[in-house]
Amino acid sequence: MSTEIKEKETETETEAETEPAESSHKTRRMEQKRQRAAQRDLEEEAREEVDEAEETVEIKVFRFDPEVAGKEEPRFDTFHVPFFKGMTVLDALIYARDHYDSSLTFRHSCRQAICGSDALFVNGTQCLGCKTQIADLEDHLDSTIRIEPLPHQEVVKDLVVDMEHFYDQMEAVEPFFDADELPDGELEEQRQDRENREKIKMSTRCIWCGACMSSCNIAAGDNEYLGPAAINKAYRFAMDEREGEDRKQQRLNIIEQEHGVWRCQTQFSCTEVCPKDIPLTDHIQELKREAVKNNLKFW
Amino acid sequence: MYEHDVLVIGGGGAGLRAAIAAHEEGADVAIVTKLHPVRSHTGAAEGGINAALRDADSWEDHAYDTMKGSDFLGDAPAIETFAKNAPDEVINLEHWGMPFSREEDGRVSQRPFGGLSFPRTTYAGAETGHHMLHTMYEQVVKRGIEVYDEWYVSRLAVTDHDDPEDRVCHGCVAYDIKTGEIAGFKADGGVILATGGLGQAFDHTTNAVANTGDGPAMAYRAGVPVEDMEMIQFHPTTLPSTGVLISEGVRGEGGILYNDEGERFMFEEGYANNEGELASRDVVSRAELTEVNEGNGIEDEYVHLDMRHLGEDRILDRLENILHLAEDFEGVDGLEEPMPVKPGQHYAMGGIEVDENGETCINGLYAAGECACVSMHGANRLGGNALPELLVFGARAGYHAGGRDLGEARIDTGPSAMSEEEDVNTPISPGAVDAGDEDIAADGALVDPSEVIDHHVTAEERRVEELLEKDDGVNHAEVRADVQETMTENVNVFREEGNLKEALEDIRVARERYQDVYVRDPSRTFNTDLIHTIETRNIMDVAEAITLGALAREEFRGAHWRQQHQERKDDEWIKHTMLAWNDGNPEIYYKPVVLEGENKTYEPKERSY
Repeated sequence: MSTEIKEKETETETEAETEPAESSHKTRRMEQKRQRAAQRDLEEEAREEVDEAEETVEIKVFRFDPEVAGKEEPRFDTFHVPFFKGMTVLDALIYARDHYDSSLTFRHSCRQAICGSDALFVNGTQCLGCKTQIADLEDHLDSTIRIEPLPHQEVVKDLVVDMEHFYDQMEAVEPFFDADELPDGELEEQRQDRENREKIKMSTRCIWCGACMSSCNIAAGDNEYLGPAAINKAYRFAMDEREGEDRKQQRLNIIEQEHGVWRCQTQFSCTEVCPKDIPLTDHIQELKREAVKNNLKFW
Repeated sequence: MYEHDVLVIGGGGAGLRAAIAAHEEGADVAIVTKLHPVRSHTGAAEGGINAALRDADSWEDHAYDTMKGSDFLGDAPAIETFAKNAPDEVINLEHWGMPFSREEDGRVSQRPFGGLSFPRTTYAGAETGHHMLHTMYEQVVKRGIEVYDEWYVSRLAVTDHDDPEDRVCHGCVAYDIKTGEIAGFKADGGVILATGGLGQAFDHTTNAVANTGDGPAMAYRAGVPVEDMEMIQFHPTTLPSTGVLISEGVRGEGGILYNDEGERFMFEEGYANNEGELASRDVVSRAELTEVNEGNGIEDEYVHLDMRHLGEDRILDRLENILHLAEDFEGVDGLEEPMPVKPGQHYAMGGIEVDENGETCINGLYAAGECACVSMHGANRLGGNALPELLVFGARAGYHAGGRDLGEARIDTGPSAMSEEEDVNTPISPGAVDAGDEDIAADGALVDPSEVIDHHVTAEERRVEELLEKDDGVNHAEVRADVQETMTENVNVFREEGNLKEALEDIRVARERYQDVYVRDPSRTFNTDLIHTIETRNIMDVAEAITLGALAREEFRGAHWRQQHQERKDDEWIKHTMLAWNDGNPEIYYKPVVLEGENKTYEPKERSY
């Protein structure tokens, strides 16, 4: 590939080569100084933006890192973030991380409430950071917004919790479609009527964020309780008419066990926090009824 | 060292499908992914999955629509393989329990989509990708396929032969995000890259924060050419403030675009007299920006997408998700008012060069899904063609790596497929700043698989150590933001030579600054500062590749429009833009497009809708 301007590039390459290996003490110090200045510029820029912004919000974020001095004991850090219309809790966290402290740690990916990575505990309620408008939080400009990791789960670091237990519970209900038989013939599909598809529709919206499990008092007290998300997953398959009676039978056996549906005390906390508006408590109740009907059948 | 027959890197749609296929072949397959599979961005796909399922439709028509949509830059063997296999793959999903939207008779529904001659887009509400992703992950759980989730693959373990076509990929190196462990992964059957999109090279994108082009960047540096990188799809309907996607399904169901004058400009201004809003995505994106540039935009930024006339029942039945997105991310009630939309980066048609079997020119290295370029989308991807692509070619890569004979591929790969060299004038020297930074083993004849992997593990440990040890330096977030801004500013829907050169200069400056990058977080526990810093390197490599391709291609084809070259030049440009890393000194060359299909040759025609 031919280049129009050569000099500039050669120059920087030399610099780059000598820098990391064995640069003189002086060059290294100069370099560090320059870089510190760059970091200061970044923070300065943030300060200016905060000053210029007509409104700012104060977020107080839970911090913990088991292996970093000063963070082994949980603490809260406060950040001032310029407020803009449409700003979400996730936007505020990203701003704080990119402008003040790049070690601020939280999961996030899609920014549109479908990947389920950023369930958080904001002002005492489970929610998705990306879907929670700062403007919808009470007194958002006057009082501090408190952002914590999901309760009842082990904190790995800052806002990141260990999701393993949640995944284990999901997998415990055999969360996969398993038809008794499939239609023969080329391109032959299983038929499903619209009502049945409608019936399972809400249950299929689960994004595995874990907000429901974290909000559930029963799950907090009984670590083996399957929890709302897993039971909802079981509901999704048990109610899908494509699967067949035998499989439904097995599914009901799973959710009926000691730490299954009967643990639910219908407090509706899961339903209230679900970011996808899944009627979790209703689904659990319906499975209880199915289980009772089922038991009567074998009497 | 972890050992499996087949490794799949990435847990989105292509990765899951590949893993299931390799498992069906009896291989011990594992998925290594930086996100838990259900977090993957396949889940954000809304519209649907195209497949010729009905008697009145045919795979030949689907193939032709795809070729026409590609603006005759797609390869016929890829497109035909795709169109033939898509129906089986869709029925497969149905058999795995995918909750498709249904017709009265209980069969899978299909709707019209842009650029299709038949309503062949199957869907599940406006959240098709979510259901597809979860359905396939369920099947992975059912089969007990091992998943290393939140493990970040940062390097491929490839031998050091001079000619990339002699190189062998024996595995990869991955970083356990939770613990900081760096480990080698060995796979004798093959390594399948399924890392998804690269939208984070731009600052207005529908892509997730995780879509940093890791696969294309790693394969490129290991010696695999990247193909047609300039072909970036800008989706015409994204929310202006966040880039959140509003599905083409809205227009498929009858949604209408209006400018500030209240004109239905797609028809009234003659952008697409037949298809209107359902013209191909590139056509609609350019139309919107032309309206905005001519002063007919709303707030000089966007246009309106109106679906109110569809009625509440139909909207709730088929597009409910759109109401939530518009409400949550733009504060607009789609039942009461039109939604503001503008074009945003959405999809990379180009990527890692592979053949119909998913193989790259490096032995044992495969790629599938958005990170790969077979090429079936050519210069423009049709809506509803990405999901079936990742099914068809994810499956083929998995089967092939698992040992199934899929027959000889017709598409040639590697530098030996070159038909023509290119010498593009660039304002800077692109490529590596530090020539010592190579992703292939560079100390002599390293061929033993375990030694190759150990070599790369050591190199990766050193890189991470250096990043963590520095006390001071540049924050990667600044470098990343600079690259994203220049890309959206200069390498967008409308491209001009001066701007493209400016972008190359900006990327060069970013590369130089990146030499001083440091990770402020000293922790080995869930260090996202470190992961993002490594990703930023990949973003720079793919951004530069996109820009180089855009500068080289002096014509207007599909998604790629050039100010000084506003016509499709078939005599000169029915060829793929190829870019080889060449150990840090990138080289552009071309390879022919294959227009000869199984039974016919596709004749380039003017693409009008």
